[in-house]
Formats: sequence, C-alpha cells, structure tokens
Amino acid sequence: MKTQSNLEKVLSGGHLAVTSECGPPRGASAQTVVDKAKYLEGVVDAVNITDNQTAVVRMSSLAGSVLVKQQGMNPLLQMVTRDRNRLAMQADILGAYALGIDTMLCLSGDHTKFGDHAMAANVHDIDSIQLIQMVKGMRDEGKFQGGAEIKGVVPKMYIGAAANPFADPFELRVMRLAKKIAAGADFIQTQCIFNIEKFEKWMEGVRKMGLHEKCYILAGITPMKSVGAAKYMKNRVPGMDVPQELVDRMSGVAKEDQPAEGIKICLETMERLKEVEGVAGFHIMAIDWEEKVEEIVKQAGLYPRPQV
Amino acid sequence: MITAERKPLDEILSYIKPFKRILLLGCNECVTVCAAGGRKEVGVLASGIQMSMLKNGASIEIREHTLERQCDPEYVEELVPIIDSADAVLSMACGCGVQQLATRFKDKPVFPAVNTKFMGGSDRHGVWTERCQGCGDCLLGVTGGICPIAKCAKQLMNGPCGGSVSGVCEIGDEVECAWHLIWERLKALGLTDQYLEIMPAKDWRAGGGSGPRKIVREDLAE
Repeated sequence: MKTQSNLEKVLSGGHLAVTSECGPPRGASAQTVVDKAKYLEGVVDAVNITDNQTAVVRMSSLAGSVLVKQQGMNPLLQMVTRDRNRLAMQADILGAYALGIDTMLCLSGDHTKFGDHAMAANVHDIDSIQLIQMVKGMRDEGKFQGGAEIKGVVPKMYIGAAANPFADPFELRVMRLAKKIAAGADFIQTQCIFNIEKFEKWMEGVRKMGLHEKCYILAGITPMKSVGAAKYMKNRVPGMDVPQELVDRMSGVAKEDQPAEGIKICLETMERLKEVEGVAGFHIMAIDWEEKVEEIVKQAGLYPRPQV
Repeated sequence: MITAERKPLDEILSYIKPFKRILLLGCNECVTVCAAGGRKEVGVLASGIQMSMLKNGASIEIREHTLERQCDPEYVEELVPIIDSADAVLSMACGCGVQQLATRFKDKPVFPAVNTKFMGGSDRHGVWTERCQGCGDCLLGVTGGICPIAKCAKQLMNGPCGGSVSGVCEIGDEVECAWHLIWERLKALGLTDQYLEIMPAKDWRAGGGSGPRKIVREDLAE
C-alpha cells in the first residue's frame, strides 16, 4: 500500500470502487457542504470535492474536504492547475494531508472563459501531468518540486487523474492515459460515459497497452435528470458525447417520468460497464442530484460498501 | 513580429486634451506590417484627431513623423532637433517604442496610441494570430514546430485537455486545439512516440517569471 487512503484499500482489495462528488457552495456555509455530503454517507468509498468547477468561485476544495472528513467520510481533494502556482498547490497538499486528507485528483481545470471570472488569469504554471509528477515526488521521494526535502511528515497522497475517452484526437487518448500513469497516477476517473461503444473501444486500446494493470480505472457515470439536461450535455459541454438515441429515449417519455428514465439508463450503463475488463469501479457524478446516488449504488448491487 | 491595434479615439483624445502641440510618431517596423502604427496610420489618426477637435471647436497642432525603429536609441536620436516643438508625444509604436521615448526624453509626456497585443504572424490578409510567448526556452523542436505555450489556451505541455473536439479548442470555434495540430504534425513526421515523453514542469525564469529579462552579448556590447 502506498497510502492510508480508503479508496486505495478498496481498489487493491479487488472490490469495485464507488466514488461520487460534492460541489462546495458559492457561499461560506459549512452546513451546505455537510447536508450535501450526508447523501453520500456510507454509500461511496470517497467523495470528490470539486475545485472551483466550471471556473466558478466556490468554497475551496480543501475546506470542503475538511468538512466532509469531519463527518467521518473520505474526501477526495480535487486540485486544478488553473488557479494556483506550484508553491500554492504544494502548500495546500501539505495542509490537506495535515488535516487528514490522503486522496486527491489532479486536473488542469475548465478554462476561465466558462466561469464567473472570465477576466482572471489562467495560471497553469504546471499542467495536470506535471501536477501528478509533483504529488508523486512529494510522496515517494519526500521532495518538493523545486528539489528541496520535505521536513518531517511527508504527504502520502493516493493520486488520481482524469481521462476523457470522448475528446479528440481519439487515437491520442490512450497515449495520454499512458502518460498520466507514467507520471504517477494510481487511479483514473473518466468523463461521463454515455457512448458505451466508444468507451469500449478506448478500453480496448487501454488493455492493449496493459494500462488497466498499472492503474485503476473508475468509469464516470452521470444520471440525466431530464431531456433538457441530456441536450445540454450533448450540445453545450465540450468533450461530452451523448448519443442522439439517448436524447430520443429521454424525450420519448413524459416529463415527470424522465428522472426515472435517466436513472434507468444510468443503471443499464453500469451493468454493461461491469462487463468491460479493466473497469475497476464507478465515479457517479450526480450533478445537483446527490440524493439519488444512494439509490443508484443500491440498485447497481454495489451496496453495502466494503469495510476495509 | 509584435502586433498592435489602435486604441479607441476617445481614449487617445483623453491623453492629449491638455496639450496644444503634439508629435504623432509612427514606427516603420512591426506596427507598420500589422497596419497599426506606420506612416499611413499616423496620417489617418492625425486627421481623426483634427476632425474631432474641429467638431468641438478646439484646435491642436499635430506634427507627423515616423521613425525607422522606435525601440532603437540610434533612430530615437533623430527626434532631438524636433522634440521641443511638441508639448507631448503620441506614439503609435509598440510598448517598447513608447518606453524608449519616455526613457530618452525624461521631461516629455509620452502616450501610447496603440495597444500592443502579441508576438505573432499573419494567417491571411488582415488577420494575425499569436505564435510565441517568449518563454525563453523554445520547445518547438519537440512539439512538431507548433507552440503549446502560445497556442493552447491552458498552455498544457503534455497533450490536449478533455475539451478538444474535432480540432477545436473548448474556448471557442475560432481557436484551433494546439495539441490536435501538434499531434497531426507528429503523425506526418512519423514522430508520434515523441508524444509519450513527459515534458517536465517548466522553468519560468527564462520566461520572465523572475523579473525583467536582459540579453547581454559580450562580443557586441560596448
């Protein structure tokens, strides 16, 4: 074991892991974080706490993670390279570990153009792959990125990264994963999977390079609440691949039945993905629909979560 | 080249309002090529200022002049005989030229008439795009001759983010994904294995991260 991370224990124990996310509020209410996280208590192995997602200012991922930790859950600290340079990020990694956070996800982050501070500088002192290298260097060599030794306690982070099998150029996407693993990623959370065939094709490439044996791949899942949500993801979110047949299926049922249909699609997807060699678990992104995660996990036969 | 775009007339007028005699100074280098601040643009701006003054019942004396290079002390010296015929200088050069003037003529107000934009090249007539951010440690040798620092909206050094779709950057239709272009080039050159090499975190000192940069060529410096 590289770390004390609960997620690492679950994955290395051979269980299908389940993670989900909790987006911190656009205000300073601790209670909001606690209320949202409560939906996930006992239902998932780690709770991703997003870091200014979609480039909109929110309570910090670190503060959100601590609040979730205080509830006895396992936070997964997301960190984007968009907002801070390497000094600030390393400082937060030390602080996070000191506060009991041992699992993180290394991202470059959505461009500021999409958020509420389009006028802000995109920092990108380092990129997501270099962030993975940095966290690994801190953990395995006890060194800061600049080369100096970390004094005393070394932050032992279980290192996650993202992968989007649906972005272009498709042929590069397996190699990009290989690069993230070579940099030090222990686990991967993928973009939401709606186009299963394309995902299977990507996994074929992943297996061909033996990457599924070097790192755990959690398949990204998002239940669609309505046909509007399906259309929005299909047309408005760069790098999302929602096949037309799913949009049609959602629009084919009455408005009040659409949420149930969305959950049904999500469960069917999970059943199919369980059969894909190399899928080590699920990352359920129920955006503003956290209360449904428990039902999804239970119906997917992934409850109770292993006690490791 | 260094590209620039003329500032809005109202902003320019706000700078020169307190003055009666202006030296409007063009530059014959980059800003001429990108049609922002050469001899021709000096003439156009001078007419624009005069017309606006006339409309408001005011008057101003404008002397038009264009230097070979405003960023070069040798050419700036040419202004010595005429500089005192003006109360202020309105420069149509890039920021380098404006500062050269401000440094040389310490008691003369100098104002920029253009916004200096970026180091770039021309895509087609009338269109210029950014190509270089002067990072001081050129990567083009391993990225197929396409710069991820200047051309990727997130200056990613190890490949495209998850927002690259059909060769287009997530920030919008007009912007090509730099890594898509790099990948196509590496393929064409038979160098796709090069992509697997992890590019380590960059040392930004070379790129201005630790203050203003300077080049001293001992063999040339006097």
